[in-house]
This record gives sequence, structure tokens and C-alpha cells, in this order.
Amino acid sequence: MSSPALATPPPAPGAPLTKKALTADHPTWCPGCGDFAVLASFYKVLEKLNYPQEKIVTFAGIGCSSRFPYFVNSHGGHYIHGRSLPFAAGISLGRDDLHVFVFGGDGDGFSIGGNHLVHTARKNPRMTYVIMDNSVYGLTKKQTSPTSPIGFKSKTDPWGAFDQPINPMRTLINSGATFVARSHATQVNHMVEMMLKASQHDGFSVVEILSECVEFFEGAFDGAVPRKGGAWQTIELKKNDGTPEDALRHDPTDEVAAFKLAAEPWPGKFGIYYENKVRPTKNALEQKLIANTREKTKHASDLELLSKTFARMR
Amino acid sequence: MGASHTQDETPSIPDVVIRLAGNSQDGIQAVGGFLARLAGRSDQEVMTYMTIPSTISGGPSIFQVRMGSGEILSSGDRADVLVAFYQHSYESHRASLRPGGVLLYDSDHVKPDPDDKTITAVGVPMTSATVEAVGGSSKEKGKNIYVLGLLARMFDLDIPKLTQLIKERFGGKNEDIVRNALLAFDAGYAWSAENLRYRLERAAAPVPGAPPQVTTDGNTAIAYGLIAAGVRYGAAYPITPWSSIMEILRVELPKYGGIFVQCEDEIAAASTALGFSYGGNLAITGSSGPGLSLKMEALGWGTMAEMPLIVVNVQRGGPSTGMPTNIEQSDLLQAIYGSHGDCPRVVLAPQNVEDCFYLAIEACRIARQFSTPVIILTDQALATRIEAFAEPELAKLMIEAKPDLSPREATFKPYPLDQVQRHAPPGSVMGSGKYPTVSGLEHDELGHPSASPAMHMKMTAKRREKIKAVANDYAAPEVFGDESGDALLIGWGCTYGPIREAVGRLRGAGVKVGHLQIRHIHPLDNGLENIFARYRKILVVEINDEGLYGYGQLATLLRARYANPAIGSITKTDGLTYKVSEIFERVAQHLELGDTTFGMRKQSVLALPKRS
Repeated sequence: MSSPALATPPPAPGAPLTKKALTADHPTWCPGCGDFAVLASFYKVLEKLNYPQEKIVTFAGIGCSSRFPYFVNSHGGHYIHGRSLPFAAGISLGRDDLHVFVFGGDGDGFSIGGNHLVHTARKNPRMTYVIMDNSVYGLTKKQTSPTSPIGFKSKTDPWGAFDQPINPMRTLINSGATFVARSHATQVNHMVEMMLKASQHDGFSVVEILSECVEFFEGAFDGAVPRKGGAWQTIELKKNDGTPEDALRHDPTDEVAAFKLAAEPWPGKFGIYYENKVRPTKNALEQKLIANTREKTKHASDLELLSKTFARMR
Repeated sequence: MGASHTQDETPSIPDVVIRLAGNSQDGIQAVGGFLARLAGRSDQEVMTYMTIPSTISGGPSIFQVRMGSGEILSSGDRADVLVAFYQHSYESHRASLRPGGVLLYDSDHVKPDPDDKTITAVGVPMTSATVEAVGGSSKEKGKNIYVLGLLARMFDLDIPKLTQLIKERFGGKNEDIVRNALLAFDAGYAWSAENLRYRLERAAAPVPGAPPQVTTDGNTAIAYGLIAAGVRYGAAYPITPWSSIMEILRVELPKYGGIFVQCEDEIAAASTALGFSYGGNLAITGSSGPGLSLKMEALGWGTMAEMPLIVVNVQRGGPSTGMPTNIEQSDLLQAIYGSHGDCPRVVLAPQNVEDCFYLAIEACRIARQFSTPVIILTDQALATRIEAFAEPELAKLMIEAKPDLSPREATFKPYPLDQVQRHAPPGSVMGSGKYPTVSGLEHDELGHPSASPAMHMKMTAKRREKIKAVANDYAAPEVFGDESGDALLIGWGCTYGPIREAVGRLRGAGVKVGHLQIRHIHPLDNGLENIFARYRKILVVEINDEGLYGYGQLATLLRARYANPAIGSITKTDGLTYKVSEIFERVAQHLELGDTTFGMRKQSVLALPKRS
């Protein structure tokens, strides 16, 4: 077989990352899908971050949104349903030099992968997770999802769903994720800001983006879209300037305040709910363990270490 | 074979089987471990066998050690010495003692049958003597070491080496513990047993310059084999009897600059390990039967995405929670065919503790060279058994493996149809400017999703041929015993020793029989059909059920592969390793031999003509 044609010449080393360099396969999403805007915003985030292209990793599980890695020209992969977080933890922990991004939907993250979401948050590996929540199973054509509202009529609940939906913000804060934010696919600037801040956070950062499925749950998130009669309310963060209005602003390090925000009625607010800059990452803790252990071994070589072990078995 | 007298009237014996029976908290494994390591340090052959109760604490437990000169291949069918701590130990294990053997019982707890004259019963107040010797508040703790002292006197064991082992074992703890252990040991040694003195024949002097012997169990050997092979990353979830491998790696890998992650579940563990491998560091995950089932979807991805990975499965009794602390070899078909779709992968089975070390290294070579998941199919018996073997030449074996982050040519394809491509980990600059997406979707050579029927056929064939090619690098399989004849005995995993001993006995009975232990389960070694053709019967010995169609799992595979009606099956599912006599009897039945007990030691080596 002949060698593949060069679609774009490789960028010169050190050249700024451009959308052109980051574009890969054409997205396979339905016209009008909210995920297009998330992808476009992610390109902007990468342009701003300007990481060396080969150090960016984009991973995903299974679902419509999980097709994401095919559309980003970076190292990446398409893993199995719901398990991309532990996979990405392996990438991040084994290769501290990489920038790891994980994309997925509400079914991938809150349903089949729910256990991993909790434990990844608990372990706090350095990576950014973007949940594109459409509140429906789209790839399998309209079944109830873990964030489908009560009353939502799907093929698996034709009479209207009656299982209590997950509250993503509350679940994430409770799990111990160290950066939790919420955005909306109709708000490009806001998405860019949230994803950028998430990627600059040292730890497990999660952004939930409400991203409408126009095929199977049209209008799901109109409640937060002003031109559809909804209310777009962002979270104003505390400036600590001593003014009376600052007292009303949100302190993202205040966990209780974050839980209160998460309990607000639909559509709720958008922005950074919670950020913990104190808790060390698993990456840092494992590296510390290695450093301390190496110190104790007096930096013995691998051969010396293993020879010693076998000598003890004599 | 009986005891022969030496000049000083101490009878000399070639080997001895000692069974210690008590409860799990009595430290009998420690005594067994001391004896095994002493044998290893004395250049003697040794093999052990133990059962552990699956209860949380307590419950009957045994440790059996066979030590001596000559080749020790199994832990012995029956014991020459039974040490019984309790009445239940005596009652459950009396039958394991050969006629003429010695029962050492704790006279504080055990009342043996006074009419039992076929053995020598010796009561020793193990509990009270230990309490008396150690004193203080330690109660009866240390009676295991007291017994070690008794055995040391009885078999004229090397006292300086044993006390050194005791010091090494307890030295890290406080001084009192070492002192108490030595007090208990001395008290046991001082117990007068004039008429119970034997001398183990010395092994042939080691060849000058030969490597020293090391003594360890199969799980430990696998863990250090992986480290020797350059594995520095892994992830797992605890399950018996796999857990000791993850415990070792969690503690050891940071010394080598690596990381082992304890995950929330088996699926996360397989996924994290695959993530490490994707990052360019060949990683390990492992489990036991039920956990392997949970990992299967991830392993399917590993085959599809062509990602190297080591998976250790320490088999136990199944299905479901089954018999978690017993041996069974019933995961063979799961290891080969588990997962969904056509999912070829490599499966290897170590045959003894030493092989656990070397096969782990081979598994890593294959995983890297062929960019594929490799399953090491070991079992509970190998995992917990202690054997002595020559210390490996680490300087020659150790591999330093770093992620290959070299820039890739513009012509790089992640999934070429005509060759095995090694994965390009992130950090590698792609000359084409196009970065690869590794994928569980069927894909074309560049990794783009493809639903083309033609492409799926080509890629399926490519993945199949890749795994078939693994067998081309295997060393030719070795047949032990007769090169042709009445029967070829085939085994895999922990059955190696008992089969080899049974073959020796069968040949002694005039049967022309060979032995082949299959270490490469999938793909199988090339050319087996030529070997099979030389025997009238091919009998596959394994510890699993005969299934609905009458054949054990490996026998089923071999019959499907070779369509040879001479392939028969010998199976069992009692949760224990094979005794030599069991194999001999079953083979004798298949071959319609008259005597099914030929060559069996009917009397203990300790049975002596009464001294004048």
C-alpha cells in the first residue's frame, strides 16, 4: 500500500498551534448537534494553551460525544464504554509530561462509568474531563439517560422517565473532584473560559457542558438560553475586595456554598462551582513516594535492587 | 527404598515428607518456609504444598514440605512425619501418614488412637513446653518454632543456618521476638528423642561456580520476573490468590521509579494498565478467575487497538466465588476465548515456580514484539508453593525499557495490514503531521473508523496471523521419557511435577510413556501433531471438569485442533493438586494395566528395622 498523502505539512517545531493543525476527521455528528460548538471551543482552548502538539492526548469512551478524539489532531484514542477515566489515569500517572483530556457523555460518565467518576475524583490524577451532557442516549437512539429529567419520554420510558436523575454538580463535588464547572454549548466564550481554567487546574478537573441533542431531546436546555426565553445566569466569583456586593459572590473554595449552588432549581447557574487548590494530585503523591523510596534505596540501580532481593531468597 | 544405617547408627534417608497440621494462626507456614529455605540453602531439592482456609481468621490449615536429595518434583503423596497441633488436625490428617511414619502430636491437645500400631506415635507437650521455655506473656506463641527445633533435632538439620534464618525472619522486629523464637527453638531441639534420629542424604556437592539456590513461591517469582523484564507500571484490584503479586509490586515498583495503582474495580485496573501501556510503558494487571471475566471487555479492546499488556490470572476453584483458596485449572478456555468477537491473544502457563520467573520475561517479550495482550495463566498451587531453584543470572536477563518516543516517519501507519506495528506513544512527533487515534472500532490502516466488510475481514485476518506468528519464535517443545510408545502424558501448569514422577513410575513398570508439559497454551507450539503421532494414546492431565462432552479444557482444545481420536482426558475437581498415585492409577486404567500401584512407596522411609 502506498504511503498516506500529507494532508497538511507538519508544523515547524515551536510554531503556534492553529485550528488548522488541530483539525482531523470531519465530525460525524448530526447537523445542529451541540457538540460541534464544544469541539470548536476546544480548538480555541488548545490554541491558547499552545502545548507541543505531540504532548496533547485526547481520549474518550463510547457515545456520540465520545467520537471527539477522531476530530482532534492529537495523540488519542477511543476506548470502551464508561472506562476512559481509569485509562486516562494510567496515561497521566505513567507520563507526567503529557496533557490529558477526556471527553464523554452523560451515559458514559454518570451511568456505566459512574464508579470510575467517583474514584477518579477521589484519586485526583492530573487531567481534564469534559462531560457533554445531552440528557439522552443519542447513539443508540433515544433511551433514558442518568440525567434525563423525570417525565422524559424515551423508548425505554415511553410513559415518561420516573427514576431520579443524577445531579452532576452535586455528584462531582461530593466525589472530591478538585475542579468542578458547568457550561452550555450555546455559550462559546464561556465554554472556552471554563475548559481553559479546567486545564490550568492542577488535578482532576471536570467541566459539564449541556450540549443539546437536536434529534432525540430537542430543546432540553432552552431553560438557560435567553433567545429561547430562558435565563443565562453565570456564577460571579468572589473578588475579596471588601465591598458589600462581594459578600454575595461565590467562593469556589467553599464546599458548602458549592453544594448550595448545585441544589438550585433548573436550569441553575453556570461557571466554577468548586475548586480545591490545596489537595495534592495523585501524580505528585506517587512521585513523592518514588522519590522517598529511591532515597531509602540510596538510588541503587535496577540490577542492584533485584540482585539484593534474590540474595535475600537464598 | 528404606532407611539405611550409617556408621554412627543414625539412619540415612533420601528425602522426607513432613506435614504440619494446625490452624491458620499457628504459624505453620512459617515453619514450612524455614524448612524450605534451609533446604534451598543446603543445595537440597525442596517442594512445598499448603492449604489456607478462606475464612478470615482461623480454620484448619496445613503446610507440607518435601525435602531431600535427588530431583523433588512433587510435594509427596503421603507424609512420613505428621505434626498434629490439635485433635482435629490429627483426625483429618492421620490418613495422610504412610505406614511406618512418625506422628508428632501435641500431648496437651491430642489423644491419638492407642490401638494404632502401624505408625510411631510420639507425644510432645508442645504447648506447655513452649510456654515454659519462653515464659512471660507470650502464651503459646512460638510453638511453631518449638516444633522447628524438634524437627531440627530429628533430622539433624543445620543449626547455624536455621538460627540465621530465624534471625533474618524476626530480626526486623524487636529483640524480644528474636530471643523468644530462639528460646522456643532451643527447647524443641533439647527435647530428647533418642530413637527418632535420621540424617537426610546430602545432595551431590554443587558444581563449583554454580549459582546459589533461591527459595520462593510462584507469585513472588512472577512479580520479580516482570520487574526483570522491565515492567514498571501496573494496576489491579485485590482477589485471592492473586493479591500477593499486587502487594509485592505496589511496594517494589516505586524503588524502580514505577507506579502500581490499586483501582476501584477489575475493569478500572485493566483500563489503567492499558493506559500505562498506551503511554509507552508495558504494564501489568492481574486477577483470579472472576476478576479475569470482568476484564474481558478491556482485553477485547487491547486486541483491537493492538496494545501490549500483561495479564496474570492466578486460577482458583470456580465458577463464581467457588473455592477461592483451592487449585483448579478451569480458566483455560476463558483465557483463550473469553471476551467478545474474534479476539486472538497469547496465553502462557508456567509449569513450576522457576518457570513463573522465566515465563513472565517471555510474556513481556511477546507483548512488546507483537503489540498484544498476553495472559500468564498460573494457579493457586504454583502461587503458594515454595520451591528452590538456581538463582537467575540477572545481569544477563534484565531489560531496561523506556517509552519509544522517537519521531515517526511520514509513512507511519498505526495498523498496517502487512506487518506488526509497535504502538507510537504520545510524545512521539508524527512526521506526517497526522496524530494517530487508537481505536476499539474496526479501523483502516491509519486508525480511521471503518465499517467496510472488506476491511473488517482484512483486519481480522491480520490480528489472527499476528498471533499465529508468535509460535514461530518458540523453542521446540521437549518430550521427557520415551519418544514414542504407549502413551504421551500432557499437562499444563502446576501438574508438571506429579506427571513427571508418574511417568518415571510408569516407565519403571515397563510402560513406554513420554511427558510433554505445554507452556504455550495459545498459540500452541508448532509441530505437536508429529509428536502426538508417535504414541498410541495422548492423555491430557488437568484439574478441571470433563465438561458436557467428556474432555477437560486443554483436551477439548487439542481434540479440536488436531482432530486426533487418540487424545483422551484425565480430570478431577477436588481442589487439590494431583498426587502421583492418582495420575498413575488413571493412566493405568486408560492403558488397562493390571497393577495400578506399581512403584508406590508403601512404607515410610522412616520405618526402621528395630535397632538392637
